[in-house]
Amino acid sequence: MTAPLRLVHLYPREMNIYGDHGNVLTLLRRLEWHGYRAEVTAVHRGDRLPPDADLLIGGGGQDSGQGLVESDLLRLGPDLTAMAADGTPMLMVCGLYQLFGHTFHTSSGRVLHGVGVLDIQTVGSPERLIGNVVAVSEEFGQVIGYENHSGRTTLGTGAAPLARVAAGMGNNGSDRTEGARYNNVIGTYLHGSLLPRNPTIADHLIATALQRRFGSANLRALDESSTGEARRVALTRPR
Amino acid sequence: MLIGRAVRCATRLRGGGTALPGLVMERINPTFLSRVLAPLPHGVAVISGTNGKTTTTRLVVELLRGQGLQVLTNPSGSNFSRGVASSLLGQVDAFGRLTADIAVLELDEAHGVRFVTDVRPRHSLLLNVFRDQLDRFGEIDSTARLLHEIALRTTGTVVLNRDDERIAGIASSIDGVPVRYFGVDASLLDRFPGDDDLHGRGADRRAGDAGADVLLTAMDEHRATFEFDGRRHTVDLRLSGSYNQLNAAAALAFVRAVLGDEVDEQALLRTLSDVTPAFGRGEVITVGGRPIELILVKNPAGFRLALESFDPAGCATVIAINDHANDSRDVSWLWDVEFDRLRRAGVEMVTGIRAAEMDLRLRYDDIHPVHVEADPRRALRAILSSGSDLPVRIFCTYTAMLQLRRHLATLAHVARID
Repeated sequence: MTAPLRLVHLYPREMNIYGDHGNVLTLLRRLEWHGYRAEVTAVHRGDRLPPDADLLIGGGGQDSGQGLVESDLLRLGPDLTAMAADGTPMLMVCGLYQLFGHTFHTSSGRVLHGVGVLDIQTVGSPERLIGNVVAVSEEFGQVIGYENHSGRTTLGTGAAPLARVAAGMGNNGSDRTEGARYNNVIGTYLHGSLLPRNPTIADHLIATALQRRFGSANLRALDESSTGEARRVALTRPR
Repeated sequence: MLIGRAVRCATRLRGGGTALPGLVMERINPTFLSRVLAPLPHGVAVISGTNGKTTTTRLVVELLRGQGLQVLTNPSGSNFSRGVASSLLGQVDAFGRLTADIAVLELDEAHGVRFVTDVRPRHSLLLNVFRDQLDRFGEIDSTARLLHEIALRTTGTVVLNRDDERIAGIASSIDGVPVRYFGVDASLLDRFPGDDDLHGRGADRRAGDAGADVLLTAMDEHRATFEFDGRRHTVDLRLSGSYNQLNAAAALAFVRAVLGDEVDEQALLRTLSDVTPAFGRGEVITVGGRPIELILVKNPAGFRLALESFDPAGCATVIAINDHANDSRDVSWLWDVEFDRLRRAGVEMVTGIRAAEMDLRLRYDDIHPVHVEADPRRALRAILSSGSDLPVRIFCTYTAMLQLRRHLATLAHVARID
């Protein structure tokens, strides 16, 4: 029997705010529903990345949590950069999205250094961007989530946006981009949780991981009626 | 003063708006609160924290009344300065004098700071800090800082939860006023998971170091044992839920701090066993002989504690989720609650504006709600006409709870919120 797919959850103790646990749960359950086995390995500060990592997930945190993981993440930087270049799928939300970029100049004047996997820069602002978001992606369709961040992120030439904002603020509130992509790495500000609300993104990450591991991905058609209804209602809610 | 009272009367007649008369009064006379509250013999006692404010305030008020004190409070759950001013207006004479011995006030974490800037409390009780309505308060650390401010403004005694790291940590910067603690025995700690335990910290969780003035040492569904003065006292409670038993320990510690040696211990325990739940916080409303229990859930920690506290067997479970500003617009928090405990008994109904989101959440824990009905009135009707006589337990967000109470009031006697 083949080894289960290895999901790696980065810093679940420090970076776990806003329900991002739902992303891990969604990947696990959907893999099971698609007929695959999967296991989650948590990587805490000081831990090594598992060499058999198939998919990496990271969430948002408080400013204090982000400060705590900053230097440890830099230690993993070379491995993460190599894995991203090699095509390993990753999803980084909010706080870790920012730290997957080059730098984050916080509104209190600190400079946090990121691993630079994504060609993005973030500058803090005293005014937080908070509320429901709807964005549109050619590949994933309507992307629905909730944002709550002080950072304004701009994309460099090496990153493509995840989606175009239709309602809400997104990366910076001015250029209508939301999130960033490089190879199979996705960064985003959207909580919700993101993946149960947006199963096209979940299944994309899953299919990419399966393809890389097994050379093929056979995803079943799942009953998405509950998802569809939750999305329909989410679209009717005010900012 | 008369103007405020007139506005209060007018809004009452209109049927709502607990904060408006206070707003009017505050505009006209910004020193109103501090001036009216200053002469109270036992001063102002405030209670704050993310979860349990309303129930604990109710407990403290009842315990003090049981000791013979005249107590002023803000019982409407309208826990902001204006709500406080509004409630006081109903309790002053035409000369603006209060006849009470003490004011016991529930303070919202955010508005509390503004209140204690105007009115310095003599005593403060700080319960806990959990992630809650992050769209409104920002981060947990900033909530802890707000509570810290309340402690720093306190002139008499500060009572803290010794087992909540962020609350207990406040003690180190308090200078010149005594700090006392309430807590739980180490053997019960795993019944009170915090936010930091959700993601694998549980194993190294330990009790706080400080000595507790009142310790919760044992509990079952409607009975708790509290240790103070070196003795254990077992009390039958009308409140349910482990978190309410901890709130009772907090209230006991606070009343002991306020009254010192004057406490009549037997009366204290007797009163404690008579306190009923606050509206929507474990409140039971009986419709046609069928008990319907309303349990307010506002954030992941509160929801987890509530699920942990109640046995879902033999009960029709309903979950009602709204996303108005007073509930949290962001429903991400539902994904930080594990619902496994409901899997065996199942969920009868999900309702509220975000019923569909709750349905989706439950499916990812392999729970398939029997009914999804966003409209709470129709949901109640369906449950009550189903022919089942199982007791109903409804976990509900704040505005969903108010809606459900309103609908239930058309079917049965429901206590007025005032």
